[in-house]
Amino acid sequence: MLSLESITKTTQDWLLAKFSPTMALTIECIIVILLCITLFAVLGLVLVLLERKVAARIQIRLGPNRVGPGGIFQTAADTLKLIMKEGLTPDTADKFLFNLAPFVVMMVAMLLLAPIAFAKNFQIWDINIGVLYISSVSSLSVIGILMAGWASNNKYSLLGAMRSGAQIVSYELSAGFAVLTIVVLTGSLQISEIVAAQQNGWWLFKGHIPVVIAFVLYIIAVTAETNRAPFDLAEAESELTAGFHTEYSGMKFALFFLAEYINIFIVCAIGATLFLGGWMPLHIGSWEAFNHIMDYIPSSIWFMGKTFFLIFVIMWFRWTFPRLRVDQLLNLEWKYLLPISLFNLLLVTVIAILGWYF
Amino acid sequence: MSNELIKQYITAHLPDAVFDETGEWLNVVVNSDSLKGLMAVLYGEPNYLNYLFCLTCVDYKTHLTMVYHLSASTNRNINIVIKTNLDRNDPFIDTVCDIWRTAEFLEREVFEMFGVTFLHHPDLRNLILEDETAIAVDDKKELVNEQKGYWPLRKDFEDPINMIKL
Amino acid sequence: MYNQTDIIKDTTDLGPDGELVVNMGPQHPATHGVLHLVVTLNGETIKKIEPHLGYIHRSIEKMCESLTYRQFIYVTSRMDYLSSHINNTACALLVEKGMQIEVPERAKVVRTILNELTRIASHELWIGAMAMDLGAFTPFFYAFREREMITDIMEDTCGARLTMNYIVPGGLMYDIHPEFQTKVKAFIKQFKEKVTEYEDLVTGNIIFQSRTKGVGVLTAADAISYGCSGPVARASGVSCDIRKIAPYDAYDRVEFDEVIETAGDSFARYIVRVKEMNQSIRIIEQLIDNIPEGEFVGKTKNVLKLNKGEFYQRVETARGELGVYIVSEGGTTPHRIKFRSPGFSNLSVLDHIAKNSKIGDLMATMGTLDLVIPDIDR
Repeated sequence: MLSLESITKTTQDWLLAKFSPTMALTIECIIVILLCITLFAVLGLVLVLLERKVAARIQIRLGPNRVGPGGIFQTAADTLKLIMKEGLTPDTADKFLFNLAPFVVMMVAMLLLAPIAFAKNFQIWDINIGVLYISSVSSLSVIGILMAGWASNNKYSLLGAMRSGAQIVSYELSAGFAVLTIVVLTGSLQISEIVAAQQNGWWLFKGHIPVVIAFVLYIIAVTAETNRAPFDLAEAESELTAGFHTEYSGMKFALFFLAEYINIFIVCAIGATLFLGGWMPLHIGSWEAFNHIMDYIPSSIWFMGKTFFLIFVIMWFRWTFPRLRVDQLLNLEWKYLLPISLFNLLLVTVIAILGWYF
Repeated sequence: MSNELIKQYITAHLPDAVFDETGEWLNVVVNSDSLKGLMAVLYGEPNYLNYLFCLTCVDYKTHLTMVYHLSASTNRNINIVIKTNLDRNDPFIDTVCDIWRTAEFLEREVFEMFGVTFLHHPDLRNLILEDETAIAVDDKKELVNEQKGYWPLRKDFEDPINMIKL
Repeated sequence: MYNQTDIIKDTTDLGPDGELVVNMGPQHPATHGVLHLVVTLNGETIKKIEPHLGYIHRSIEKMCESLTYRQFIYVTSRMDYLSSHINNTACALLVEKGMQIEVPERAKVVRTILNELTRIASHELWIGAMAMDLGAFTPFFYAFREREMITDIMEDTCGARLTMNYIVPGGLMYDIHPEFQTKVKAFIKQFKEKVTEYEDLVTGNIIFQSRTKGVGVLTAADAISYGCSGPVARASGVSCDIRKIAPYDAYDRVEFDEVIETAGDSFARYIVRVKEMNQSIRIIEQLIDNIPEGEFVGKTKNVLKLNKGEFYQRVETARGELGVYIVSEGGTTPHRIKFRSPGFSNLSVLDHIAKNSKIGDLMATMGTLDLVIPDIDR
């Protein structure tokens, strides 16, 4: 059966046969880089279109429907427009940091792509501290946002960046604790092992209520971490016009925009990996026939399906809820989510030690 | 409370007040010096006319007239109109914004549109027109006014560029 | 006219104690137009709000002094453009009062229905815009679905969707559309079915409640002192509905309740407006089947001349009490005309109630004050 795994294996064998190992590795790197960039571009287009269609559906209207059949080329046309636009830099801005910031945000998003298992044995870098790597690298994105807000020399940008700083630093704790529950249950930080541990059932089902709580906390925390509504205070457009990217235009703005969607994709992919079994098909105990049918669906489709479901949930939030206020946002984290996560982690540890999960 | 009672009360307080009942509501014309005292009395307990719903100025070419529409917040059908005439060349009057907070903005509007100086106003600056054209020095009847003669709602205001004569 | 260096000085200066001074507006997504607020911030906390008006000042009061009593009504549609029917009604009533013109019953009833439809349309738009200020986009589209039906009715009736100019001294400009009654009834049916939808989306939402409850509290004493009117004052427990106090047109023959809440916060102002829409529906339901037959405009002279004297007419617009004060010298044009606009007084309270709250609260407070900038600037 043709799968992503067999394609990568054939390519590698062919490269090793033709070139020296160093050369083969270099060529592989180039291929991976190209694939990553393509994935970014495609994801950006697809997710923006998806968001607009979901929003339109929720808001009883049609959404983009003029460019291409059903409006599917709308985002491509938008990107073209953004590329053509002039990228203005304000006079009083710190030019170097101002221009660097979108790339920092983008690079962080790209780095996070490395340990994600897209399909069975299809992963850029199966590092043994995968989860730790993800939580440490994702915390870097706040630097890009602070950089953008500070360098713009605009009061709205500064306020937005400061809000964003406080928000991301706080919500990282909850997200981290939610991720830790799975690490405790699996006993490994490696993504491939976490996925393998869900062979006989996803952690969401195996881990009883504590994992369900951790999952809910994770979804709330990552929505906040990616600055999405109802936690989009950093760019709250009715308060701060556009927050930290008020002064950006053209492609630099588009990079922020793209990074937001890539970040959503990544956190949802991680959520799917940790709680919903990554590329693992849905297996139910002893239903052999059902399990066999599920196995026929390619692992990459399982992964993407779960990820896009979570993305849809996060979009659903955005178009339903009003925005929180900044003190309510921090109250929610420090007074409710963090204590719950701590207690939950304790509970999961007890469950893991006593082996009470399936 | 009927108009008669209000009239009696005002006469007791200000014997020289002039009443005019030809219009829909009772009109009282008072001296500009005694206006503030009358307002404070009307606001207070027995009358309770505590709702200032309209404050404006009328330019009669010979003089300016400040017009205050007062009402009782508990019974909005009691309405009286208090008027006071001001010298057109040097209009000034005590502010009422320590009695009604709403007067602060309304007086700023009258100040820039008619050039009436409100004494003891906390923040007498232009509200609608440009900021820098007039600066009032509070507590003293002293107005550093760079827009002398530029009071748009006065009858003799001429703006040949922006105004179209019909 | 503006000195550019001074504007820049405004934006870069720090406040007296080193606070951050932010110019909100005149171009800002939450100010609904060209309101310019100079906000002094200490961190996220608001220390002072200073409104700068005049960006859309068209000097309507001065313009009206050179327009005749037939012409000046059309200018007033541009004041509070969301309740233009009600503005027109105020001016028409005033001219009728000044000239003792007899208005036919048909015109009175149709005016009342149109005024109430305008009120609903205005509140619908307000709910959408207010939710948008708080970051929820979806209620806007739900509210506009029903508002669209009203604007369609308006278009059928007078050809315009926003600035109607349909009400003239003496009655109406034209007779109503033959399908007016059917369409209004269809609207009432749809409204009753669908109003719960966006109420569910907004009223019960826990984030919405936590954003508005206890935010921007205006006490009754302050509401009176600041001259507030309309839903803003009624949410603070001040009874001030002109339709009850001094009924005009057909308001004296319909039954409706004056909605009064006592909390005085943003949520109370929201509740007052939602309930007011239901009361408006109640008024329309009582009148729509009873539009009397007959003339739609009374007998008037071609040239209108008000008697010498002073006239004041109050009406209840969607935002509060609109007062029109005319000083007439007996000629064809007013000597002085003053519009007591509800938004002007309601805006003046903003600094008082939004002080010491967060920037996010300012949006909730400003949203619930329902400011329409052309109404404030005039």
